[in-house]
Amino acid sequence: MLARIQDLGAATLTAIGRIGRSSLFLGRLLAGLPLLVKRPGLVIQQLYVIGVLSLVIISVSGVFVGMVLALQGYYTLVDFGAEQSVGTLVALSLTRELGPVVTALLFGGRAGSALTAEIGLMKATDQLSSMEMMAVDPERRVVAPRLLAGFIAMPLLAAIFILLGVGGGYVVATSMLGIDGGAYWSQMQANVSFSDDIANGVIKSLTFGFVATWIAVFEGYDCKPTSEGVSRATTRTVVHTSLAVLGLDFLLTALMFD
Amino acid sequence: MPSSQDNGVLVDVRDLRVARGGRPIFDGVDIQIRRGEVTAVMGPSGTGKTTLLRLIGGQLKPDSGQVVVEGQSVPALSRSRLFRLRRRMGMLFQSGALFTDLTCFENVAFPLREHSGLPERLIRHLVRLKLEAVGLRGAAGLYPAELSGGMARRVALARAIAMDPKLMFYDEPFSGQDPISMGTLVQLIRQLNDALGLTSVVVSHDVKEVATIADRIYMLADGRVVESGTPAELQRSQSAWVRQFMDALPDGPVPFHYPAVSLADDLLGEDSA
Ligand SMILES: Nc1ncnc2c1ncn2[C@@H]1O[C@H](COP(=O)(O)OP(=O)(O)OP(=O)(O)O)[C@@H](O)[C@H]1O
Ligand SMILES: [Mg+2]
Repeated sequence: MLARIQDLGAATLTAIGRIGRSSLFLGRLLAGLPLLVKRPGLVIQQLYVIGVLSLVIISVSGVFVGMVLALQGYYTLVDFGAEQSVGTLVALSLTRELGPVVTALLFGGRAGSALTAEIGLMKATDQLSSMEMMAVDPERRVVAPRLLAGFIAMPLLAAIFILLGVGGGYVVATSMLGIDGGAYWSQMQANVSFSDDIANGVIKSLTFGFVATWIAVFEGYDCKPTSEGVSRATTRTVVHTSLAVLGLDFLLTALMFD
Repeated sequence: MPSSQDNGVLVDVRDLRVARGGRPIFDGVDIQIRRGEVTAVMGPSGTGKTTLLRLIGGQLKPDSGQVVVEGQSVPALSRSRLFRLRRRMGMLFQSGALFTDLTCFENVAFPLREHSGLPERLIRHLVRLKLEAVGLRGAAGLYPAELSGGMARRVALARAIAMDPKLMFYDEPFSGQDPISMGTLVQLIRQLNDALGLTSVVVSHDVKEVATIADRIYMLADGRVVESGTPAELQRSQSAWVRQFMDALPDGPVPFHYPAVSLADDLLGEDSA
């Protein structure tokens, strides 16, 4: 019993230490971001790795989520004779909720885990130390460009996810459910507001992108420099990103809901 | 400031005490590295030779004692001053530590591109010269995974000298080298030191090779400097530590084993548990 309490205390202390270290780490990185203006090439390269290479999974998921939403929405709406609103339902679900959340979860699994493993391996093989001895700060040269690229890529990926989802919903609605294409778009246009719904989604995807990339680079930089350390850090990135995104999603929704 | 600027001492380590993982590694170590000399640090595996280099390079902080380089106390330096000091240092890592997703050429070009601001054409020339010096110009396009261990070490050496440092650290430069490249490397270290006016610190187990190029040898064991002097002085030394190390004797004060309870206790303890 006593041992349990001790374990709990130790785990709490570790967690608090981790939060402290990651905050300091983030502070140093943010302070170094302006320097990247002089090295746009570093960020562009990472945008390619983090953003462009995630496009396939994000696009395919977006299309399928949109198609499923149209089908599921139709079966509920048709009971109320409101099946013409299926476009609104698809667009609102995607912009307010599913677009940012699902993109962030996929982003954590695809790009975040890769970031952690890459940085962790560089640490485990002394590459970061050797960079330091060459008077190159690895936080600025290696980590900061990846962080910035993640901030930029995630909202763009979420936007693509939403657009393709709305498109997928359109295809299903018109070809399988017999909804008029004009009604699909006009209902959507009439009922989705920019200031509420779209802004809502943009705020969420910015926040999730920030948190997901921060977790990924910190776990890589802070990992134990061993094979097991790297593999654990990669797992932690996926788990922590998912939990953080879902928790923040509730918080943001509650705050923005009125 | 400390008196290290006089009498040509470039790196002054005094009364250094460090513990790692709860075990004391250094327990009052004094080392003076003189400008323009090749200083060798020898000692049994696990005595903290790599740790010593990391302390001088500012990657670790001592628990107490001072580490002074060019008159500046390394542990007390701010991050930016430390980085400025490191521009004048070169370190060959024990593991090589090449960037695995860059080719050999780009590895050597890395510090030049980061710091020198030289035009690309000049950088390409410099990189070829450095690779030529270690005999691997032909391997410029290969990735580190495509090199042998000894070759990787030599590329890492080319990268370490790319910025023409004033103070070079070599951590085990000879391990994994065949007799031919070993002889070349030994000469290269000496020539670099003399021709470019460097100060070099060589960590190595290879007693004979080190004795041919070092001006001064420090022998570490058991957390202290057990002997220091010129190679000739060490050859004459009667210290049991030195004799065992120089003559590669199995019996003597240097333990082969990492500290532990006796084997019998260890085995019996397991059975009774
Ligand atoms: N990160 C670490 N945490 C705890 N202890 C460490 C760490 N790194 C090294 N040590 C310990 O410090 C001691 C010295 O290690 P170091 O790598 O400096 O030895 P070395 O003299 O370079 O050995 P070798 O000749 O085998 O390279 C070893 O006993 C090792 O167990
Ligand atoms: Mg070592």
